[in-house]
Amino acid sequence: MTKQIPIVDYLVLDDGTPHLVANESEESGALYFDRRNADAKSGKDGFSRRRLADTGVVRTFTIVHRAAPGVTVPYVSAVVDLDGGGVVKANILNVAADPDHVEVGMRVSLTTFIAGTDDEGTEAVAFAYEPIEGN
Amino acid sequence: MAERDVWILGASMTAFRRYPDKDLIDLGSEAAFGAMSDGGVSIHDMDVLSAGNLAEAASGVGQRLQKQIGQTGIPVYNVANACATGATALRCVIMSIASGEAEMGLAVGLEKMGKMGLLGASARSDKKVFTPDGRYGAVMSVEGRVGTTLMPGVFAQAGMEYAGANEGVGFEQFAKVAEKNHAHSTLNPLAQYQKQFSLDEVMNAEMMAYPNTLLMCCPTGDGAAAMVLVSEERLKALSDAQRSRAVKISASVMTSDPWTDSDQVQPDVNTLTRTAAKKAYEQSGVDPQDLDLVELHDCFATAELLHYDNLGLCAPGEAGKFIDERGPWRDGTIPVNVSGGLISKGHPLGATGIANLYEVATHLRGEAGARQIEGAAVGLTHVIGLGSACVVHVLEKATV
Repeated sequence: MTKQIPIVDYLVLDDGTPHLVANESEESGALYFDRRNADAKSGKDGFSRRRLADTGVVRTFTIVHRAAPGVTVPYVSAVVDLDGGGVVKANILNVAADPDHVEVGMRVSLTTFIAGTDDEGTEAVAFAYEPIEGN
Repeated sequence: MAERDVWILGASMTAFRRYPDKDLIDLGSEAAFGAMSDGGVSIHDMDVLSAGNLAEAASGVGQRLQKQIGQTGIPVYNVANACATGATALRCVIMSIASGEAEMGLAVGLEKMGKMGLLGASARSDKKVFTPDGRYGAVMSVEGRVGTTLMPGVFAQAGMEYAGANEGVGFEQFAKVAEKNHAHSTLNPLAQYQKQFSLDEVMNAEMMAYPNTLLMCCPTGDGAAAMVLVSEERLKALSDAQRSRAVKISASVMTSDPWTDSDQVQPDVNTLTRTAAKKAYEQSGVDPQDLDLVELHDCFATAELLHYDNLGLCAPGEAGKFIDERGPWRDGTIPVNVSGGLISKGHPLGATGIANLYEVATHLRGEAGARQIEGAAVGLTHVIGLGSACVVHVLEKATV
């Protein structure tokens, strides 16, 4: 079987279905995806891991037409408010990349795709969101 | 505004454009000598120098500048603070004077960007063997794969969030901002572009990151701006000619972005601007409706529209209506970016936060020529450096 690795460590692939996890401040409840020194909201240390929901709502988006080398355009980048807490930025897949098909308030769910393969054949798995049918 | 009032005595800027035959210090020298000459003073009158630059920030830009304009042994601050660099450098001089440490000082914002490209730094090259790296444990560049964090996309998303939350805001309203600023710059000989574009031309230009087309994005470029600032006490001892052209700094406020639930993934350019504006209005006693002109940070057309609301230039949620009714045009209720703004005047990063004060001060002095806003007596400047830093100044025509 092809070896896979998440593109970022807050995407979990080896514990049930792919999902995101965040560091949750024990003091304030603020959520973060990166390694933390302390909570930016309270200034206090102390975190626990929290699994985030796979569904949410598009808070805002753009359709990128000119991008860094190696990135296929156009593509949709969005900020998604996850159900139950957490805000994440990711691409929206499986939707036409034009303003007639993407809108603020659209409900989306987590999906994954292969973002690249290294010289040892390991696949980098990235996450994205796609419209929930019946939007 | 502070312990001691601080005034603008001299102001100058180079034209913003590309200068293949001049280096960074040439541009800074031109602006510095221009500001000192404008104020009727010399380097020997300066008690402090502050230099704002990003691209060569580690090179001792202020000291390099001194070696060309005069080494007098005064304190030098080298300042880098993203797109708020120039305004932050200015504040170093303001604070030096307000604290009583200096009576007069020189702030210079200078930048040589050349054609570095709108997208800035390129994405990290992918590794041959995926190994988690950094605070997010990324195995490859995530740009474009896990959303975009490049400037055109970031400001597009900031704009679309406002559009999603408020009626009457969309692509056309954002495009009208660029239509206005390109029209305004045709009256400004210092602007990098001085070309008018129709709304159709703006909307049909190459799309960069929806809803921002190429004509809705500021260019990169070269340039410098400088100011001589002086304490009110010292100003009183200067000549009638110097006093009559001096401009009062009625508020100088700087903020950074407080924690929000989303700013870890998408910079929040609103909260720190609203906080800075509120403090600046309180400090100066000026109401937004008193403003005769505003120079705000329109790095992208979407950004300008947000700041109409953030700075209180329109009723809450009515930025779309404000541009539709031509409120921010030079003949509107509150002219915004009559210089052409970053979109058309240009945005040499370190120079921008002083150039906007130059523009407002020039109008308050009644010296803006063809683009003069008649009778201008009060103006506001605003810059944002992503990360984020915001600086707001209120300037007033006054006598001392």
